[in-house]
Amino acid sequence: MLITQLKEKESIEALVNGKAFIINCFGCKEVHFPEKEAKEFQEELKAAGKVTEILTMDYICNPKNLELHLQNYKAEIEAADVVLVFSCGVGVQTVADFCADKKVFAACDTYELPGYQGVTPQLFDCDQCGMCFLNGTGGICPLTACSKSLVNGQCGGAKNGMCEVDPEMECGWERIQKRLEKLGRIDILKNAPVQIRDYSTDDATKEAKQSE
Amino acid sequence: MKVTELFKEGKFVVSAEVGPPKGINIDKMIEEAKEYLTGVDAINVTDNQSSVMRLGSLAVCKVLKDNGFNPIFQMTCRDRNRIALESDLLSAAMFGIDNVLSLTGDYTKLGDHPGAKPVFDLDSVSLLYTMGLLEQGKDLGGQDLDGEPPTFAKGAVVSPCSDSVDAQLVKMERKIKAGAQFFQTQAIFDSERYIKFYERAKEFGVPIQLGIIVPKNAGMCNFMNNNVAGISIPAGIIEELKADKERAKAGITGTEIAARIIRECKDYCQGVHIMTLGWESKIPGLLEQAGLA
Repeated sequence: MLITQLKEKESIEALVNGKAFIINCFGCKEVHFPEKEAKEFQEELKAAGKVTEILTMDYICNPKNLELHLQNYKAEIEAADVVLVFSCGVGVQTVADFCADKKVFAACDTYELPGYQGVTPQLFDCDQCGMCFLNGTGGICPLTACSKSLVNGQCGGAKNGMCEVDPEMECGWERIQKRLEKLGRIDILKNAPVQIRDYSTDDATKEAKQSE
Repeated sequence: MKVTELFKEGKFVVSAEVGPPKGINIDKMIEEAKEYLTGVDAINVTDNQSSVMRLGSLAVCKVLKDNGFNPIFQMTCRDRNRIALESDLLSAAMFGIDNVLSLTGDYTKLGDHPGAKPVFDLDSVSLLYTMGLLEQGKDLGGQDLDGEPPTFAKGAVVSPCSDSVDAQLVKMERKIKAGAQFFQTQAIFDSERYIKFYERAKEFGVPIQLGIIVPKNAGMCNFMNNNVAGISIPAGIIEELKADKERAKAGITGTEIAARIIRECKDYCQGVHIMTLGWESKIPGLLEQAGLA
């Protein structure tokens, strides 16, 4: 199904401005999760006093399951400046949707791993692009929320906030705009560097398959 | 000639748009251009507009240039990956076509090849960035170009009457940061709404050409209101077109309306861009009525 890999340590550290509430998802057996590296990194953050709590659970992509777990950690989430999620892109989006007034960041990139099946479909899609964009888009994936998978902002095709391709679908970039406005973070969109996708992610996939 | 030079000279830049035919005979198009478009500063050539397959934009730009016109090469990111886009930019520069308008492009499903693969490897922002890179003698793969690098007048579009105007302004800012030097807008029918947009957009300091369509009849307006993103035609204009069907059919009412919108917005833009939709013949009269001839 998919592989998650830790983003560059420095890039995650740059996101944790203040204290973080950390969520690990060890849900799917099919997922190749960088457990050891994640743990080491989280210990470092903890030692530096930058963690309110570390929650390790499974299937955070299931909104009901997530809610059930998170309600025991209201104070820890409240005390945190950011929520840092170690999971695939579906999990990050589920958390971002649930904590819509909180900065939610992905600590991992998600790569495709063909040949595995068997996870329940959930509310959100992850394109397994290997260069997770969620940290610059308020936790809404531009690849799956936008019909054209645009990574640099809205096209001219939205009508009444709906997509030109599918009038039943809300424009993904309109959703991103609203989410970031609500968070008071529209500047990250304005100041984002020009994004260009890298489609040459097959090496990571090969490596993970060989390690199985 | 680069339209950016004209803006620099303080000229009010007028451009019109032609759509290549679905076939290889362009004699009629060139004849019409010679008859009606000699008064404009530049001519946009659309790129498989609305995802309908047609003769190529670059080839038509070249023919227009050979006939003494100043073409603006419209490039969408729907049909080509980054290698093909970069290569076509070099081809354009080699032909001396130095005005390029960067667009993301309509989705494939909306056109006459709905099963085609939509590419969108780059988008309007990253294509502008790519032009800038080529100008520095580099390509997206990090390789050096041979010899003198190309230069472009880098254009982009914005939709001032979009109901997502905040998102449009953010995108506009990103386009400017990526290198956009001039803008053409979606067709404007609501001057007041456009001027409100301009009051916010002017701080960027990049020239904006007001998009104009000569409205043909009430049916066309209703269709555009319901189906075309970023178009908002006030009821008053539709009533005007309904009032005298013969005058509307002859294009008299539509030309009056378009000329009036240009006059109302003239102090709030640095040029106009006229999308003819087959009514090239109305352009000379429109420019005269708008005080631009």
